[in-house]
Amino acid sequence: MTPHLVADGLTWTPRGAPPILSDVGFTVPQGQILAICGANGAGKSTLLRMLYRYLRPDAGRVTLGGDDLWALPARAAARRVAAVLQEQPTDFALDVREMVGLGRTPHRQGFAASGARDAEIIAAALHRMDLTRFAASPFGTLSGGERQRVMIARALAQEPELLVLDEPTNHLDIRHQLEVLALLRGLGLTVVLTLHDLTLAAEIADTLLLLHRGRLVAHGPPAKVLTPHTIAATFAVHARVDRSGPTPRFSFHL
Amino acid sequence: MTDQAASLETLRRFRIGAGTALGLAALAVSLLFAVAVGAVQVPLGTVTGVLANKLIPGLVDANWTAGREAIVWDIRFPRALLAALVGAGLGLVGAALQAVTRNPLADPHLLGISSGAAFGAILALLHTGLFLGLLTVPLLAFAGALVAAMLVVGVAGLAGATSADRLVLAGVAVSFIVLAGANVLIFLGDPRAAHTVVFWMLSGLGLAQWAHLVWPLVVLLPVGVWLWLRAPEMNAMSVGDETAATLGIAPARFRMTVFVACALITGVMVAFSGIIGFVGLMMAHVVRLVMGGNNARVLPFSALFGAIFLIWADIVARVVMAPEDMPIGVVTGLIGGVFFVGLLARRRL
Repeated sequence: MTPHLVADGLTWTPRGAPPILSDVGFTVPQGQILAICGANGAGKSTLLRMLYRYLRPDAGRVTLGGDDLWALPARAAARRVAAVLQEQPTDFALDVREMVGLGRTPHRQGFAASGARDAEIIAAALHRMDLTRFAASPFGTLSGGERQRVMIARALAQEPELLVLDEPTNHLDIRHQLEVLALLRGLGLTVVLTLHDLTLAAEIADTLLLLHRGRLVAHGPPAKVLTPHTIAATFAVHARVDRSGPTPRFSFHL
Repeated sequence: MTDQAASLETLRRFRIGAGTALGLAALAVSLLFAVAVGAVQVPLGTVTGVLANKLIPGLVDANWTAGREAIVWDIRFPRALLAALVGAGLGLVGAALQAVTRNPLADPHLLGISSGAAFGAILALLHTGLFLGLLTVPLLAFAGALVAAMLVVGVAGLAGATSADRLVLAGVAVSFIVLAGANVLIFLGDPRAAHTVVFWMLSGLGLAQWAHLVWPLVVLLPVGVWLWLRAPEMNAMSVGDETAATLGIAPARFRMTVFVACALITGVMVAFSGIIGFVGLMMAHVVRLVMGGNNARVLPFSALFGAIFLIWADIVARVVMAPEDMPIGVVTGLIGGVFFVGLLARRRL
C-alpha cells in the first residue's frame, strides 16, 4: 500500500541566504500521526508551510493520495488539506459558529449561500470539539483552550484528508494539552504536527521526525528516534531517557 | 442543535431582520427630514406630496408654490440622495479595507486613496481644464485614487512584503507624498481658483444635481455588490493570511483586488463631495458593536449606517450656520471624533 502523504526531497532557500530546508523527505500512512520536532529555527514551520501549500518548495514534491499537492488548484487542495496555525484572529469578532463555518469556504460553489449540508457539517464539528454550547459566543470571549478547539473544529469542517497543526499545544495548560492531543488521536485523519514537548510527541505520534538546521536527523517510531544521541544532535542538550513506562519520558540538562 | 442554541439562533435572525427593517425605515425618514429642513422650512406633507407627484403625476393636488417644489425636488432631494450615496460608499469602503488589512484604523484616508482622488480632482480643477466636460473631475479623481492605490501596492511590494501591516504603512507614506503633491498643484495654480479648490477640499454636498447622481450610483451599486459577495473571503482573512491560504484564497491578490475596488468607489465619492473624514473609519466599528463581526452583515450595514449618518451630518452642516453651509467634513470630524473618544472611554473598542 502506498503511503497517504509522501514528501520527497523538499528544499527551500530564501534569496541571498543559506537554505532553510535541505532535501527532507518522509511518508505518512493513512490515519497515522507524524510529529516534527526540532530546535527553534530548525525549519519546522517552513516544512509545514509546504504541506499546507503556503510556500512552494524550490525542489521536491508533496503528494497526497498520489496527487501532487502543488499541481492542484488552490481551492481543490484546500478541500483536502486543513491547517491549524498559530495566527491570532483580529478582534473583529466572529462568533464560534461563524468561525467554524470558515472551514466550508473552499467547498462553496459560486455565489451559493451555505446550505443545509454545510450547517450539518458545522454542527457536527462543533459537537465533536464539545463546543455546541459556545456556538453563538463571540470568539474573542473564549479561553485559550477553547479557541484552539474552535480552530480545530474549523479545520474539521473543511473535511480534509490531511490535518496539519503548528504547535497545537502552545499556550495551553496541561489538561488542555492532553485533551487536544487525545482529540487528534480520535479523529482517524492523517495528521502532521509540530510539538516542542518530546514526551507529548512520543505519546501521541506514530512516527517522529527530528529536524536540525533544515536537515533530517532521524525519522521513525518515537522510541527508536528519540535517543540521547539524536537529542544531543538536534537540541544540543544532554538527555536521560526513562523507558520504564509505555512511552519514553525525558529529562534534560545542559 | 440544543434548544438553547436554537433559540439563540432565532434571536439572532430576529435581530438581523429587525435591524434591516429599522435601518431602512430610518434611512427613509432621514431622507424626508433632510428635504424638509433648511433655511426655508418645508412641511413634511409638501415633501411627500412633491415626491408622490413626481413618481405618479397628478396623484396629489398641488397646494404648494412652484418655488417650494423647486427647493424640494431640484435642490434638496438630490443633495440628500448624494449624502446617502457618499455615506454608503465611504462606510462600505472603510469596512472592506479594515477587513482585508485586519487593521481597525484602515480607511481610504489612512491608505492614501483619498489623497490620490483629491490630487486628480485638483489637477482637473486648476490645471487641465474640463477637457472631458462634466466628467473630467470625477474621472481624474478616480484615476488619481487608482494610481495612489497602485503606488501603495507597489511600495508595499518594494518592501518585499504584501502583508497587511506593511500595506498600511505603505499607505501612510504614499498618502503624505500625494497630499504634498496636491498642495504643490494648488500652490502653482491660479490663486483665485485655488480658493475654490480649498473650499472643495473642505468638502460639501452643495453642488448636488439630479444629472450627477447617476455617476456615484453607477459605481457604488456594482462594486458594492461585488464587495458584499466577497464577504466570506473577508471573514477568512480575519484569521490571518496563512489560514486564508489554507482555505483556498490567495491573500495578497485578494487584498489587492479589494483595494482597487475601494479606490473606484472612493474616487467617485471624493469627486462629488470633497474629502469627508471619519465616516469610513467609524461606521464599521459601530456596526460591529451592534451586529458582530461577520462581514456579510458588516458591509451592508456599514453602507446603511454611513448613508444615514451623512444625511444627518449634512442637515447639521446646513442648519447650524444657515443660510451658509458649513463644510460637512467639519461636522463628521467633530461628531465622529467625539463619538470615538466616547467609545474608547467606555472601552468598547
